[in-house]
Amino acid sequence: MDSVDTGKHNRRAQASGKGTYAARLVALGSALLPFVASADWKMNLQPPNSAVAQQMFDLHTLITLICVIIFVGVFGVMFYSLYAHRKSKGHKAAQFHESATVEAVWTIVPFFILLAMAFPATRAVLDMRDSSAPEMTVKITGYQWKWGYDYLNDGFGFVSNLSTPLAQIKGGEKKGDNYLLEVDNPLVVPVGKKVRVLLTANDVIHAWWVPALGVKQDAVPGFIRDAWFRADRPGIYRGNCAELCGKEHGFMPIVVEVKTQADYDKWLAAQKEKYGVGKAAAAAVAVDSKVYSRDELVAHGKTVYEGAGGCQGCHQPTGKGVPGTFPALDGSKVVNGAKEAQIALLLNGKPGTAMAAFKHLTDKDLAGVMAYTRSSWSNKAPEFAQPLDFAKARNGGQLPAGS
Amino acid sequence: MASIPHDPAHHNPGHDEHHDHHPTGISRFLTTTNHKDIGSMYLWFSFAMFISGGIMALLIRAELFEPGLQVVRPELFNQLTTLHGIVMIFGAIMPAFVGFANWMLPLQLGAPDMAFARMNNWSFWLLPPAAILLIGSFFVPGGAAAGGWTLYPPLSVQAGMGMDMMIFAVHIMGASSIMGSINIITTILNMRAPGMTMMKMPMFAWTWLITAFLLIATMPVLAGAVTMLLTDRHFGTTFFNAAGGGDPVMFQHIFWFFGHPEVYIIELPAFGVVSQIIPAFSRKPLFGYASMVYATASIAILSFIVWAHHMYTTGLPVAGQLYFMFATMLIAVPTGVKVFNWLATMWRGSITLETPMLFCLGFLFLFTLGGFTGLVLSLTPVDIQLHDTYYVVAHFHYVMVAGALFSAFAAVYYWGPKWTGWMYEEKLGKIHFWWSLIAFNITFFPQHFLGLAGMPRRIPDYSMQFAEWNMVSSVGAFLFGTAQIFFIVIVIRMIAGKSGVRAAAKPWDGAEGLEWTVPSPAPYHTFETPPAFK
Repeated sequence: MDSVDTGKHNRRAQASGKGTYAARLVALGSALLPFVASADWKMNLQPPNSAVAQQMFDLHTLITLICVIIFVGVFGVMFYSLYAHRKSKGHKAAQFHESATVEAVWTIVPFFILLAMAFPATRAVLDMRDSSAPEMTVKITGYQWKWGYDYLNDGFGFVSNLSTPLAQIKGGEKKGDNYLLEVDNPLVVPVGKKVRVLLTANDVIHAWWVPALGVKQDAVPGFIRDAWFRADRPGIYRGNCAELCGKEHGFMPIVVEVKTQADYDKWLAAQKEKYGVGKAAAAAVAVDSKVYSRDELVAHGKTVYEGAGGCQGCHQPTGKGVPGTFPALDGSKVVNGAKEAQIALLLNGKPGTAMAAFKHLTDKDLAGVMAYTRSSWSNKAPEFAQPLDFAKARNGGQLPAGS
Repeated sequence: MASIPHDPAHHNPGHDEHHDHHPTGISRFLTTTNHKDIGSMYLWFSFAMFISGGIMALLIRAELFEPGLQVVRPELFNQLTTLHGIVMIFGAIMPAFVGFANWMLPLQLGAPDMAFARMNNWSFWLLPPAAILLIGSFFVPGGAAAGGWTLYPPLSVQAGMGMDMMIFAVHIMGASSIMGSINIITTILNMRAPGMTMMKMPMFAWTWLITAFLLIATMPVLAGAVTMLLTDRHFGTTFFNAAGGGDPVMFQHIFWFFGHPEVYIIELPAFGVVSQIIPAFSRKPLFGYASMVYATASIAILSFIVWAHHMYTTGLPVAGQLYFMFATMLIAVPTGVKVFNWLATMWRGSITLETPMLFCLGFLFLFTLGGFTGLVLSLTPVDIQLHDTYYVVAHFHYVMVAGALFSAFAAVYYWGPKWTGWMYEEKLGKIHFWWSLIAFNITFFPQHFLGLAGMPRRIPDYSMQFAEWNMVSSVGAFLFGTAQIFFIVIVIRMIAGKSGVRAAAKPWDGAEGLEWTVPSPAPYHTFETPPAFK
């Protein structure tokens, strides 16, 4: 039973036993049915896809049911009293004002009802928190405003950004089916395996929440929390960041793709290939040593700057930022100054502010952003950087081996 | 505020007018030490803040009317949700009940005024500067605080100067609350009419006495939390920064050690109002007076040991989750006692349904519904799914709006004739009630569904599956907002005497208490000699 039933029961209680009322309700319901069926009037928890989520679902059903029964009973009494004990019906007031027995009963009985509820709840808490003996572990990092996933057992990781186009959000384009619940790189896990997630955050507190898997856990900067899930069925499961984390809090969804073991193994092999796991570390990613023209970099940088999860989220497409919160790039000293300072800022972020590290981007992306910001709005900085400058900066100023 | 004619003595010549020498115009209100003037100022202030917070709420609901970003930018949206919470809690609800306390406690206790009359003036006049800081913060660079009313760091450390204005506003309002509480406690303990023992006090006095202790215990805790936030922001401390040995979650513990009792600071005086009105319109004494007092005290004590049920997802140890779950569930027992007592008061009474009673019944029905969703949320595993979703938003609006706000409306209709000397228009009052009740449920009942289906709170845009209920909720919100414009019309018409019916000293035949022994409107000075109390 879900909460919609609460509403029906309340209305029934108010009707105080009129025989035709239920029939009328049914008639009304069927008249509205075509309208209701065409829309998405979801009223209950999402269908669970793990044992823990199932326990949460069942516990919610149970306690809602108990509450509805008590509610109907108690307010049945109230509505009867309102009906029968009215002055307009000539009812004279009794003058009793206490009864030790009655008062003791309605103190003690609820206590035992609560005790009965506490047993299944305690069992669910103990199951939910038992993260021992995981079969794989993923480290999840919350950033303003994206998620980072590191496959600790397999030695690679990636960042997961909202992939809904800005035009859909602003209303220029029709919204897709998974509007705001779609990402470029979902977390991929195998079905039936106990997956332990270790959570932390880079800047502010975020919360990683996938309703169907029964996991909601805050990601606290400077600390590591854990949670776990074991997905029952393959499929795609979606959730949101659940802790207010700033301006784009509503735009950092979570997508978990649960694959069969065979599909997962294939995916894993492809990822290892992509990220060069197992090859010599220095040659992991080929260094882009091509020398680009400024225009090439500006054009590439514009796509990064304005893309999903791009700089414009904070610094705005106008480069003006948001006064007091996000600095303007237009006229900025860093953007118009020596290139080394901007390279360091892009790679490492600025601790204590919303400026995150962007070292997960490619050298070409970063060089592009730098060239774009140095050539846009009123900015006309003479210097710009090549991808190779970023590769060097990543490597402590040395040219990386293998380039 | 001062432009509204509210000088009962001038409408009713003949009531000890030689005592009423006070400055006129604005200086009357700046310098007044009269509990009735101060009570009225608190109520007008509260209403002004209620409208400001309401406009913010309507901007939020306008943005959420359909998916996509249409009305406000996300950063302004976050400022609106943050300030809506702070303004409604600290600006609207708390001052409203302090206003009722100022007006009614001396009248109910048979005291000539509040114990510390000069301090009473000061505790009110601290509030407008705080309000200016809050509302003004929208217009400074970076805008108002945008980290939610809970002000969690590190997000609140990142914010601009709007956050500092918020911190100072919280300090000022906290100081005001503490002074108000000292005044209330001293008045109740020392200035009761001869013969009025503690266990014969009106229930409103009891609930306010306990509330005042809660305020004194928790406001300094909040002040400490926001001060640490301030020094983290500007003076290089790292209370809430792991890089310097601090812990962001510690803020949440400190905040909710204040924040949970705060819920009862708002709710207990509302219980007191309801405990006055239900017996009056049932024409029957309050059932279980003593158990009502004990239940109120139990709720107050329990409120200090359940704070971390707001933090189930922060990564508490298992033992912590279990303890806070059990302790939280226990609150259902004394709360249940109160609800049962109110029902038993009505049982076999002689009930009439004037507007104050209607609002109390609305309170009882909807507050209990909010109490039940609170019980659902107390279960840790269920809360894991529902924490920070619209289910929680629905839950606390059932408790705060249908709880505190409805009982504040009930109080205005119940005591308004005593304040103004005129009856309100019963038909208009009833329209206000039904309009508010229906619009409230259209607004907030669907939010349960949204939360269950997985919509997080504090988001300016949402996925398509939530579109239908959000639209319903937004329509309800605008209906609810217009109902409150209607309310102010009713109040102004009451003050202006539009009903044409003068209020008797005791306009409600079932009402009990010393406040009904003085004329309506209550003269500027009352009970200069203590009344007899049986």
